[in-house]
Amino acid sequence: MTTRLDAIDRAIINTLQGGFPIGERPFAEAARSIGIGEGELIERLASLRAAGVLSRFGPMYNADRFGGHNTLVAMRVPEERFDDVAAVVNSFPEVAHNYARAHALNMWFVVAADSRDRVDQVLTEVQERTGLPVYDMPKVREFHVGLRVEA
Amino acid sequence: MELSDRDHALIAALCDGLPLDRRPYKALGERVGMCESEVIRCLEAMTREGIIRRLGVIVRHHELGYRANAMVVWDIPDAEVGEAGRRLGGAPEVTLCYRRPRRPPDWPYNLFTMVHGRDRDAVLAAIEAMAGREGLAHHPRQVLFSLRRFKQCGARYGKRREAAE
Repeated sequence: MTTRLDAIDRAIINTLQGGFPIGERPFAEAARSIGIGEGELIERLASLRAAGVLSRFGPMYNADRFGGHNTLVAMRVPEERFDDVAAVVNSFPEVAHNYARAHALNMWFVVAADSRDRVDQVLTEVQERTGLPVYDMPKVREFHVGLRVEA
Repeated sequence: MELSDRDHALIAALCDGLPLDRRPYKALGERVGMCESEVIRCLEAMTREGIIRRLGVIVRHHELGYRANAMVVWDIPDAEVGEAGRRLGGAPEVTLCYRRPRRPPDWPYNLFTMVHGRDRDAVLAAIEAMAGREGLAHHPRQVLFSLRRFKQCGARYGKRREAAE
């Protein structure tokens, strides 16, 4: 389902994908650049979040910089076990997202934690609880992290 | 930058999102026992140091009408993958670009890019055009469209109070 967004919603999303001020009244500052009031910005962000348009309103961390670790993991899951395995994988708070993709390796998820050790523990537990191997593919090098799209 | 326990507490509290309050940094500080000006100082330092890439909104692509979510993976010779990564990382179609290890024999691909679009045909056409434009069309690649999204939330970091209890 696509949520109906008006021009102001789109301006908010496009502007705030580029950053949010740090200061005493950041909503007032951001609202000025969008051309609306502070209260309206807060209300609209609440609606967009409630509607699920926003996955988050907050920080995008670079975990490497504070010893955290994340990795992309793939699994080959038999179709009939897919939902059960997804439930096991998603039960870990360290799993940030999980997608079924069209490939023999058909489940792809990100594991993020404060340390590589904790990531390894999660992967070990996933393998033990599902009986399926995991393909752990941590980044070797980052070329671009934008995650922005035009609303 | 050496992070203190207070910084980690702030990192954890912020994982829940910024409060929708006229003074969000004051509200955030109340959760972790810091005053507003200390929260602001810490966040400014973490942004300067690149610990926080940015504050702001992260969207759910699907809800914005980007129904086609493609992970495009490339098998690029190791000697060329740095240049290919720089090119694809700079391409306007690409929202994420990482080099990752191959997992032979099942997985020969070492460069991962994400491309989002309104529908699959548009995304495939954009990928084809991009591969040609960036001089990478001759390398093996695969497009893995997402079929279902099971979970999408932010990564959770920082020493959380419940973990300490």
